Amino acid sequence: MPDLTDTKTEIPAQRAAEVPEAKPEKARSLGLDAWHDLRRRPIFVISALLIVLLIVIAIAPGLFTSVDPRAGDLRTHFLTKPNYGHLFQPDWFGYDGQGRSIYARVIYGARASVVVGICVTAGVTVLGGITGMIAGYFGGWVDTIVSRVTDIFFGIPLLLGALVVLNAFTSRTIWSVVFALVALGWTQMTRVMRGSVITVKQADYVTAAKALGAGTTRIMVKHILPNAIAPVIVVATIALGGYIATEATLSFLGIGLQDPTISWGIDINSAQKVIRTAPFALFFPAGMLSITVLAFIMLGDAVRDALDPKLR
Amino acid sequence: MTTATENKPTAAAERLAPGTPLLDVRDLHVEFKTRDGVAKAVNGVNYSVAAGETLAVLGESGSGKSVTAQTIMGILDMPPGRITSGEILFRGQDMLKMSNEERRKIRGRKIAMIFQDALSSLNPVLSVGYQLGEMFRVHQGASRKEAKAKAIELMDRVRIPAAAQRVGDYPHQFSGGMRQRIMIAMALALEPDLIIADEPTTALDVTVQAQVMDLLAELQAEYHMGLILITHDLGVVADVADKIAVMYAGRIVETAPVHELYANPAHPYTKGLLRSIPRLDQKGQDLYAIKGLPPNLLKVPAGCAFNPRCDAATDLCRTEIPALHQVLDKDGAELAGRKSACHLWKETLHG
Repeated sequence: MPDLTDTKTEIPAQRAAEVPEAKPEKARSLGLDAWHDLRRRPIFVISALLIVLLIVIAIAPGLFTSVDPRAGDLRTHFLTKPNYGHLFQPDWFGYDGQGRSIYARVIYGARASVVVGICVTAGVTVLGGITGMIAGYFGGWVDTIVSRVTDIFFGIPLLLGALVVLNAFTSRTIWSVVFALVALGWTQMTRVMRGSVITVKQADYVTAAKALGAGTTRIMVKHILPNAIAPVIVVATIALGGYIATEATLSFLGIGLQDPTISWGIDINSAQKVIRTAPFALFFPAGMLSITVLAFIMLGDAVRDALDPKLR
Repeated sequence: MTTATENKPTAAAERLAPGTPLLDVRDLHVEFKTRDGVAKAVNGVNYSVAAGETLAVLGESGSGKSVTAQTIMGILDMPPGRITSGEILFRGQDMLKMSNEERRKIRGRKIAMIFQDALSSLNPVLSVGYQLGEMFRVHQGASRKEAKAKAIELMDRVRIPAAAQRVGDYPHQFSGGMRQRIMIAMALALEPDLIIADEPTTALDVTVQAQVMDLLAELQAEYHMGLILITHDLGVVADVADKIAVMYAGRIVETAPVHELYANPAHPYTKGLLRSIPRLDQKGQDLYAIKGLPPNLLKVPAGCAFNPRCDAATDLCRTEIPALHQVLDKDGAELAGRKSACHLWKETLHG
């Protein structure tokens, strides 16, 4: 073996000297880079704090109110006006048409929205991600079939489709709503993922990985997925707010969640009958819904800017 | 670097003796279906490489050199590409008849490839250490830790300074020359029998080019690997290659040992190429260029593909495709390893 410190091919001294200087700037992965960028954005910070608060409310509503949201006292509390001075008290937001504390109902209603939003997003991302990856990577007839199926699903109006699917359930829970929305919504992610995979598939490093003997699964999971996932994450975070709004819409129309499940959609529906006499009964659940949807959409926007500056 | 020395004996035991035939490409035809018709990218390529030997494949852009390499590696996009006929024998076995799984096992382990643009050939979201280690994890089932140790060793091997500190860095944090070294390290990882380098220095500046070529030549000599060097740079070839195959319009037009080709080309195209190298002693004169353009692969001219650009073309050249003739010297004795696909090779070589 030739001496590798042979002077002929030795690295020039200044190159070696550069290295220690370059060290303090630690290498950052794409994820870390995005996080670094996100931390400095006020929109991200505000929406993230709101979302954390909502998640805490969803997990432990008992921390925020000690009143049973289902307990109504028609005799004393029928549409009692809010007492804005009583922060965090049962009568803070007033009482609804069945004498139940609106504040408690708003707090307990967060769970349905957050669970539906997160679960539907997770469901469509996984399902759409896998189908999109398969269609994009293999192409040919596999792609044709998957693409035509997504086209068919795109032809079904979401609300109409959900109406049909949910009518098939005898008793509707949060999970039946999640199921319906995932079943009708996954194709959106399939499209995004497919397009992204097709772009990444043509990259030289995929050919290089192939030329160095990596198998199909490894190429898909290690080389294509990390490079193709960013647009999917962006679309998913923005869509999350939309799913929450859709759940409320379905519940409002009476085909989503049902009493005794507590949902902002149901409360908005029952409040519309008394909108002239007690507008506050409509205002608080609707306001919470808007804030929640807005928070998720703002988060999605911030994540998009950080992960994929080209989409800005 | 001591670790590398310790590793060698085991690998050297399976190493082929220099001169053992490794790869033999026989009458390979590849075409691409395009909207405008069928583009014949490779029209009967024949070449062979033995262990420890360097074959330089020379040609203009579009002459089919890269397509041939991709076909050998099995990374040709099919469709639109199609292998219409031919054989690629690797140690006597026809790779075109193997299953995908068999071929995948050869890729990286027996035949590896170095790509032109190291930045786009390295995955931007994975650290170089991970990508180097991947070779060991894919082919040898190494653990994460072993793979990392081997990655550092490889980076040392291709002389990347401070390898242990830089193993977790990402491709964009390296300079062009360093990235090409990493590509070389990846190709070398499993000590393959054959390396195909597709224009390994084209994307580098001239000083770094020399370093990278030296490194490649040195490692090749050490491991007795076969090397196919695809390039359009005549300067790069002269130093490292043993023999040269010149390609034009998807065919080999001349093969020869490197110094004989430079001294005495037997094909007008090679002659033109050599004349177009700028020379210091001709300062102030116009640079020579072969007139015309490379042929459109959708409509390769009848007869010799080079005839429209050739000064010596005769009617025979316009009608009949010249075979790859064995080249003889003035006394009629065969010149070893020299072939020319020109009807007028005698006139070109001797007169």
